[in-house]
Amino acid sequence: MSATNEKFSGPGPDQIYSDFLKNDVFSLPKCQDCHEFHFFPRVVCPHCGSFNLEWQPVSGRGEVYSTTTIRRKSERGGNYNVCHVTLAEGPRLMSRVEGIDSLDVKIGDQVTAVINKDEDAPFIVFTPAQGV
Amino acid sequence: MSHELRGSSAIVGVGLAGCGEAHGRMPLDILAEATHNALDDAGLKLSDVDGLFTGSSYHFMPTLSTAEYLGIKPRFSDGSMVGGSSFVAHTLNAAMAIKTGQCEVALICYGSNQRTAGGKLATMSEQQIYEAPYKPRYPISSYALAAARHMHQYGTTREQMADVAVAARQWAQLNPAAFARDDLTRQDVLNSRMISDPLSLLDCCLVTDGGGAVIMVSSERAKDFPNKPVYVLGTGTAHWHRQITQMPDLTTTAAVDAGKRAFAMAGLTKDDVDVVELYDAFTINTILFLEDLGFCAKGEGGAFVENGNIAPGGSLPVNTNGGGLSCVHPGMYGIFILIEAIQQLRGDCGARQVENPEVALVNGNGGVLSSQVTTILGTEAVL
Repeated sequence: MSATNEKFSGPGPDQIYSDFLKNDVFSLPKCQDCHEFHFFPRVVCPHCGSFNLEWQPVSGRGEVYSTTTIRRKSERGGNYNVCHVTLAEGPRLMSRVEGIDSLDVKIGDQVTAVINKDEDAPFIVFTPAQGV
Repeated sequence: MSHELRGSSAIVGVGLAGCGEAHGRMPLDILAEATHNALDDAGLKLSDVDGLFTGSSYHFMPTLSTAEYLGIKPRFSDGSMVGGSSFVAHTLNAAMAIKTGQCEVALICYGSNQRTAGGKLATMSEQQIYEAPYKPRYPISSYALAAARHMHQYGTTREQMADVAVAARQWAQLNPAAFARDDLTRQDVLNSRMISDPLSLLDCCLVTDGGGAVIMVSSERAKDFPNKPVYVLGTGTAHWHRQITQMPDLTTTAAVDAGKRAFAMAGLTKDDVDVVELYDAFTINTILFLEDLGFCAKGEGGAFVENGNIAPGGSLPVNTNGGGLSCVHPGMYGIFILIEAIQQLRGDCGARQVENPEVALVNGNGGVLSSQVTTILGTEAVL
């Protein structure tokens, strides 16, 4: 059995994902067999079991699948949003919608991804989609 | 032909301890007292136990720490960790172990001092790195997201969820051992402090201390004990995700599969079930599980729980001890639903006793609606 397989050489999917975000690209693994994207990034397609994956940028368009407002006293920073967004490409991720009051975020809202670099590791947040 | 595990083992002893507040006591102290009570109930000694099944948020290797504390040397141990559903899952593993001769007397046990130790959910769980940046409150936000989606998709209301809490409280008022027994109305739940929309404080389970223990033996031996045996007719397990974002559909849990598997092993249907014990960490759980286990159609759980239908005097007795919402909930709750079902089938429940139940269904939940384990228990009449 070979110890090296080119498919698994180099950094793993979490680091690749993060490196893309650092370079302002929202990219996800896409299965070359069933053609489905997935999130969170893995070395195996959770839809079909294929290991034949390639990274591909996604549109950043999404729809709020569910939403909650975490109630917090204003002196501790106030309420904030936690939601699930289903991307146009299929995968769903946890995130938050920024730019509007959390209580105004509704299931079905169209949203657009923004890369947040405020912390060490960049992550995706969303803002209400323009023109809808 | 019936499944070879159907009714192959039976529960002959149960014990509770430290439910509510157990000041100055460690998790294993509480577990050991529950074990004492279960052994006493069965007329057995600690040295009779040769199979150990346990889970913990406090001990990384729970079977080792528990056996060491109890001073036993089990032949077979299982610490499979599927959160609060672990103890329900242990009934399947214990049944297999007993059937294959790996052990003769299985002890399933749990203890926690969550309340008096400060109320925080003790966890050895790894951080979910793709959720952490958004600071969800664990575990409530996950259940809130499921509740919000269920409301959106099926028109379920906060009033209906409140009725789950009210029903649980009415059962608790019939249970002298329940922790929360004050009167509770739908309006009280709606008026309680919002935590993570749409779940308010009274949509959430209690935080208590508590421990429980169950003794299982082969059915051949079960009649040699002082109590009426309660037979394990079928158990099914299922899990589809770990983190809430990976749940395929926030309105449908893996209890769909777990329930089917348990009913198939038991050779029974939901119409045979006399009493139901569901893991109600939050009010939405009861609604989801009633749907997923087939007691009502998907989307109709809200209407099903309304107006006292699952309360004392309703059409289906659900969470008869008062549930995690009003009886006891020390971090992981699975052992307590198992014990309540057993006590109901033994006829030991006093004012909250369901009339002559023969079949009880238990559904354990672990993680964030992640692991679902259904066990169907029965009296000799349905063996």
